Amino acid sequence: MTAERTLAPAGEAGDADTAIRVRGLRRAYGAHRAVDGLDLDVRRGEIFALLGPNGAGKTTTTEILEGYRSRDAGEVAVLGVDPARAGARWRARIGIVLQESADVSGLTVRESVRHFAHYYPKPRDPDEVIEAVGLTDRRDTRAGALSGGQRRRLDVALGILGGPELLFLDEPTTGFDPEARRRFWALIVGLRAAGTTILLTTHYLDEAEHLADRVGVIRAGRVVDVDTPERLGGRHLARSVLRWRDAEGAHELATAEPTADVARLAARFGGEIPELTVTRPSLEDVYLDLIGAW
Amino acid sequence: MSTSTATIVAARTRLELKMFVRHREQMAVTFAMPVLLLVLLALIGGGTVDGTGVAESRVHAAGMIAVGIVSAGFQGLALAVAAERRDGTLKRLRGTPMPPVAYLLGKIAQVIVVSLVQVALLLVVGVIGLDLTLPHDPTRWLTFAWVFVLGVTVATLLGLAASGLMRKGANGALIILPFTALQFVSGVFVAPGGLPHGVQRFAAVFPLKWLTQGMRSVFLPDSFRAVEPAGSWELGRVALVLAAWGVVALVVWIRTFRWIENER
Repeated sequence: MTAERTLAPAGEAGDADTAIRVRGLRRAYGAHRAVDGLDLDVRRGEIFALLGPNGAGKTTTTEILEGYRSRDAGEVAVLGVDPARAGARWRARIGIVLQESADVSGLTVRESVRHFAHYYPKPRDPDEVIEAVGLTDRRDTRAGALSGGQRRRLDVALGILGGPELLFLDEPTTGFDPEARRRFWALIVGLRAAGTTILLTTHYLDEAEHLADRVGVIRAGRVVDVDTPERLGGRHLARSVLRWRDAEGAHELATAEPTADVARLAARFGGEIPELTVTRPSLEDVYLDLIGAW
Repeated sequence: MSTSTATIVAARTRLELKMFVRHREQMAVTFAMPVLLLVLLALIGGGTVDGTGVAESRVHAAGMIAVGIVSAGFQGLALAVAAERRDGTLKRLRGTPMPPVAYLLGKIAQVIVVSLVQVALLLVVGVIGLDLTLPHDPTRWLTFAWVFVLGVTVATLLGLAASGLMRKGANGALIILPFTALQFVSGVFVAPGGLPHGVQRFAAVFPLKWLTQGMRSVFLPDSFRAVEPAGSWELGRVALVLAAWGVVALVVWIRTFRWIENER
């Protein structure tokens, strides 16, 4: 978890501290403004999760950052370079893990990792990367015969092979079982520990909460809030809900001072408060609030 | 080209060939089709071309060599690259530092190898079964070499250019139909002199007629020149028309090539 990390609010950081800087990004498809004046800062070394409903502009934004798509307006610097004009040297510094890929299916894990290593000026050792993603015992299996989770780990292997400074992860754990997801998260946390900046897009709020140092919420082509998972949408200031039970039945109390209220209740019961729960608004609650889903 | 680019081209070539060999059914069809057509044509026909004494099957053999090149290069690549765009191969490549020229050269190398095997198969069948004789004159083999390399390059570039026209969900018939139609008017099945003038003029716009003619100049006796449309092999024009198509295809490829499927 991220509770012990000290994080200053987003500011105007210099290039040395900033992996991604976006100002006033716009991209329209015909009359539809998919990205409509978007600002974004991702610091070096952090895991930044981009959340937002389908159609909010997440994919268009990340594909512009990855150098796949053109933009209509705005400033974009990824590792200090404009992706629209970036070349091979810049591509050697980033890693991209695409959503649901089906390529290299005729190659084994080892063949594909070894092949892609040719593209990078300073590739990591292929066998070491295969080991890092936990595919060593599947290295001679063709990609087309891997399970969904194994296939995604191969995608990650190909994404981190060049030793990227910045890794894009697009909905990496869709379709994973809970255990595979936990293992995958550990892999990603390990990458951050090694200094890799990660831009994660996901639909899973527990994933964002578990992994992300900061979360940005996109709605209608703009970033509507950026903060740590604990503080997003004023979550830390919001009222908590106390629930307990006594002879009269179940009770519920919304309060801005849960600690004082719990102390008062404990004094009244002279010890344990029956069936006590203290609930702060979940990330999902504030997220749904931010995207206007209520 | 830097050494690292050369290494990447070599790696891409190995990969393309590996993938080609692993698609066994596709490989079998690719190699069997022209050979099968050649044999069937020999079984049906079997006469000589009027006024030349040259067996029609030898005309067909030269034609099938040209068709083999174009089907491996143009048809094969247009479909394969469209499939690579659909399954995310191209998107992944675009996200790596691989130079795009390495992708192009890997494809050309793959088509060269596949076409060489194809030509060898056709020549073996032709020599054993269809009284085709291999030329002894080294200048003819020299002609074969440049017509072959030029033909493969043009076919590959056309295939890459055409792949851009294959929008999401487009049918392969879009590529296969015009190519098949072109074979009938380009002197593959019928000696070109026997075709109506309008048809000859139409076919002369496209590269297949010139590639076929170039191959006839290698494998047919000079006496056959009498029934060629211009009364000669027109090798200069073969080079010119093929090169022109190559340049056009290269420009179209560079201007229309998309790495991702749904750039709206």
